[in-house]
Amino acid sequence: MLSKKNKEVLFNPFSKNNPVIVQVLGICSVLAVTAKLEPAIVMGISVTAVLAFANVIISLIRKTIPTNIRIIVQLVVVAALVIIVDQILKAYNYEVSKALSVFIGLIITNCILMGRLEAFALSNGPWDSFLDGVGNGIGYAMILVVVGFVRELLGSGTVFGFQVIPQSFYDMGYMNNGLMILPPMALITVACIIWVHRSRNKDLQEK
Amino acid sequence: MNKQSNTYTILYSAIMVVVVGAVLALTYMALKPKQDENIANDKRMQILSAVHIAAHDGDVKSVYDKYVTESFVVNVEGKEVAGDAFAVNMAAEVKKSEKAERALPVFVCHLNDGSVKYILPVYGAGLWGPIWGYVAVEADGTTVYGAYFSHQGETPGLGAEIAKPDFQNQFSGKELYKDGKFRSIDVMKAGQKPADNADYVNAISGGTVTSKGVEAMLKSCLSDYSAFLNQLKNGKTK
Repeated sequence: MLSKKNKEVLFNPFSKNNPVIVQVLGICSVLAVTAKLEPAIVMGISVTAVLAFANVIISLIRKTIPTNIRIIVQLVVVAALVIIVDQILKAYNYEVSKALSVFIGLIITNCILMGRLEAFALSNGPWDSFLDGVGNGIGYAMILVVVGFVRELLGSGTVFGFQVIPQSFYDMGYMNNGLMILPPMALITVACIIWVHRSRNKDLQEK
Repeated sequence: MNKQSNTYTILYSAIMVVVVGAVLALTYMALKPKQDENIANDKRMQILSAVHIAAHDGDVKSVYDKYVTESFVVNVEGKEVAGDAFAVNMAAEVKKSEKAERALPVFVCHLNDGSVKYILPVYGAGLWGPIWGYVAVEADGTTVYGAYFSHQGETPGLGAEIAKPDFQNQFSGKELYKDGKFRSIDVMKAGQKPADNADYVNAISGGTVTSKGVEAMLKSCLSDYSAFLNQLKNGKTK
């Protein structure tokens, strides 16, 4: 089912070609939704779904799109998909839709979407594009989960809203790091991930 | 046909807009009844939260109908006026400049222990958008039994903490009247006290604007109800 090329398309974005830590796309939403783990995961899933379907649709109609309005066409497809996802969440999972509020709408502005549509879907078939969308979506979601986990653990002492740092630590003088909740620490956490990732992948290092 | 020609481009975008518009309209119409039901149930759930009753997705309506036996609309003078309390849109009411025109909903809740609570909706502004809530008042018209707050998009971990029980539970037992005067409830930084001797709760550190928004919301919305609360205090039960 998966040829060698398919596998590369699907798995490369996990590490060697990760949209967040290698291509440095979608940083804005990494800041916005990772103060807690749960919205980070739902955001990751939503972006993966929208990206995969947008890639397929654009790939299907790629031969008909006039070059000079291709960006507009891509935006319209993405915006329509995002609205549909938002409406479906409101109808069938109202709780999650409330928790994510504006962030679902902001998927439209995620640079990974435009990046993949422009760089991949416009020049590849639907099946490859679907895999590319899923791969990049998961690559993005992985980073969100790691950052969300670190920030929620150190910033609120919880994971998924459950207290994991025991009360005895607080009694001994441990305090939650309020700075972790604020956006700058998301950037610093991402930077640390990039640091570790590059030191393990020599070929990514610039000379 | 030449795909780079102006005619093709214009036709292409026109057809695209019509198709996408139709798809979105269909989705919206197909999902609308389900969404309206969710929104109404969510409102019921919020009203129940003010009296510490947790309802789950499936049974919200039946739990709500069991406890909230009565609801009516009053005006600023505390007189009952015609209207459906559940359908009143607080966002529109607080914007009316003439206080006398405001429709103020009251939800009457009979708890299992036989006591009666009056649940009053409040609506105001936070840092990024609207905040709202429901305050349950005891039959004496001054003691707060419970409070529920929610928001549209306050900062997670900071202002958004007003939607957490830790913040909301502070309100239980506070009194709206001090020395016979309506004082509302203040939201103060730890260590500070209100100048007018009003009851107060602790603000959220890092969420000052939202905390002050809650304070202003309580003051302005509950003062509209002060005539109604006075009637309760004076023993007139509905």
